[in-house]
Amino acid sequence: MQSLKAGILAALAAVLGATTAMAQELTVVSFGGSYQEAQSKALFQPAAKALGIRLKEETYTGIADLRLKVKAGAVAWDVVASGSGSAARAGAEGILEKLDYKVIDVSNFLPGTAQDYCVGGDVFSTVLAWNTKTYGDAGPQSWADFWDVKKFPGKRAYRKGVAGALEPALMADGVPPEKVYEVLSAPGGIDRAIKKIRELKPHIAVWWSSGAQHAQLMKDGEVDMVTGWNGRFDVVAKDGAKVAYTFNQALLDYDCYAIAKGAPNKDLAMKFLAEISKPQYQAEFTKYITYGPTDKRAYEIGAIEAGYAKRLPSHPDNAKKQLTIDLAWYIKNEAAAAAAYQNLLTE
Amino acid sequence: MTLPTGSAATAPAGDCNAAALRRDHAFERLALFGLAVPALVLVIVTMAIPTAWLFWLSFVGDDGSVSLVNYQRMIEQPSYMRTFVATFQIAGLTTAICVLVGYPLAYFLSQLPERVANLCMIAVLLPFWTSLLVRTYAWLVLLQRTGLINTWGIKAGLWSEPLPLVHNQTGTLIGMVHVLLPFLVLPLYGAMRAIDRDLLRAASSLGATPSQAFAKVFLPLSVPGLTAGGMIVFILCLGFYVTPAVLGGGKVTMVSNRIADNIEVFFNWGAASALGVVLLVVTFALLWLAGRLARGVDLFGGGHG
Repeated sequence: MQSLKAGILAALAAVLGATTAMAQELTVVSFGGSYQEAQSKALFQPAAKALGIRLKEETYTGIADLRLKVKAGAVAWDVVASGSGSAARAGAEGILEKLDYKVIDVSNFLPGTAQDYCVGGDVFSTVLAWNTKTYGDAGPQSWADFWDVKKFPGKRAYRKGVAGALEPALMADGVPPEKVYEVLSAPGGIDRAIKKIRELKPHIAVWWSSGAQHAQLMKDGEVDMVTGWNGRFDVVAKDGAKVAYTFNQALLDYDCYAIAKGAPNKDLAMKFLAEISKPQYQAEFTKYITYGPTDKRAYEIGAIEAGYAKRLPSHPDNAKKQLTIDLAWYIKNEAAAAAAYQNLLTE
Repeated sequence: MTLPTGSAATAPAGDCNAAALRRDHAFERLALFGLAVPALVLVIVTMAIPTAWLFWLSFVGDDGSVSLVNYQRMIEQPSYMRTFVATFQIAGLTTAICVLVGYPLAYFLSQLPERVANLCMIAVLLPFWTSLLVRTYAWLVLLQRTGLINTWGIKAGLWSEPLPLVHNQTGTLIGMVHVLLPFLVLPLYGAMRAIDRDLLRAASSLGATPSQAFAKVFLPLSVPGLTAGGMIVFILCLGFYVTPAVLGGGKVTMVSNRIADNIEVFFNWGAASALGVVLLVVTFALLWLAGRLARGVDLFGGGHG
């Protein structure tokens, strides 16, 4: 009996010892769905294995969740996946840790995709998509076409939020892509864009508020033309939806990875970000969803098939047709622009 | 609660006796109050404290200092006023349609034999057993451009262009009436069942026509149930989020949708809290006004006036 007791105690001690000596744990949070599934398979799990750490994955709905945790002093997340704009604002707000680019190698990143508080993970585009049943393959090719209701009669859908809504309007109004943010920053610039959208308003049947929604709208044939995120359209097209899109005049944007302010394992999180930012991980990620790598070398190491690479937003041929979202403009002007946009929507 | 004065009045009242009785009574009250404490604590912790917190947050500006900036924004930007107008308009229209549809339905049910009525009630309650989200998306499938109603209507030659049934106010109202109708029918049906049929017979024996008997006897007696149901529908409408978000196509912005937008756009919770506070205050003001106008009508009472 005595020896049995001792045996159990020894076993317990061994288990306890093992857990304390066992690998460190890191918590990663992202948006769930097919997006996080791709992240998990291509980035999170392989990187955790390479670093020999244990990984816990969670999901959240947006930066507001993180804000609440940081303000309550109860941060349980280390690495946070985010949109570039939300991350820039969150960084300015002070709820993210500054990244150490001596640890994370971004020397071959596309310009602007590595910000102080968030390192780019994948590149996506806000594109102009159309219903191929209505227009065939020769659909609208520019924002001017999107606004041309005589040449392309039909119902439109447009974004309900202001992010990425003003730039197309200015391009339709004749502003060249490289001048868009200059015009928007000048006095009256926002109003000019709003006025242009007001012009199209009677033809906008739906103001979409999520990627799932604009994909569904095209799948159901509810509208003939829409703005939206390219990866979503590829997914529904595979599912039989009659939809095509162009990268011409599209808005180039990216998702990124940040470290929560007061993260329990900050240093480990930094190493983790360095690992998943390597080109081979980014190349692997594109196999699951048509979002491109931020590291240019991912195209060069031969891990992405050449034909497929041409369909990714950050491929040089596609990138040069697009306008890169200016985060600095959003940090400074988003609240004012959102107010003007809300005003237009409720008119 | 009244004091048990009977014994004290009949017995030659000694001072100590009365004091003992008072003490007994105080203990009894304390014990009864003790029974209510768990519920009170629950209400305070889950309702009163968060609401007070919400009030406080609405007075905190972006930089964390106490300010009226969140309220100032609502006055300066016309979209906020429009959001409130739209919210009360949708709530009013939904309530009106629910009354127009629900009153005849409840009347019909109340005239049926009880067993048949109970079966019909199940049909009324059926929507309660499915998720709100599922029902809302079901309406989307029915009403959209390529949906069942438009496809059939065009095939049958009833109309040639797809009708704009959803992604607008029409779609929102259809969805909301569907969700909220049971909340009107239930209290109304209860009130109607409780009306004594002999009163109607008495009316006709005194020479009233059936429509006179309905207008002068039945209708007034059913008003408390109608008011209660209407109030529930109206108040639930004010806080609706899912239905306008899904069926409104971004064209119907109600206060709750605006609260969600503000949490995304602004750095603090104050901007969203202020909206909640204004909605709460305006709703209380309206209820108070309705109470004054309908004096004598018990707003939250049952069927017996």
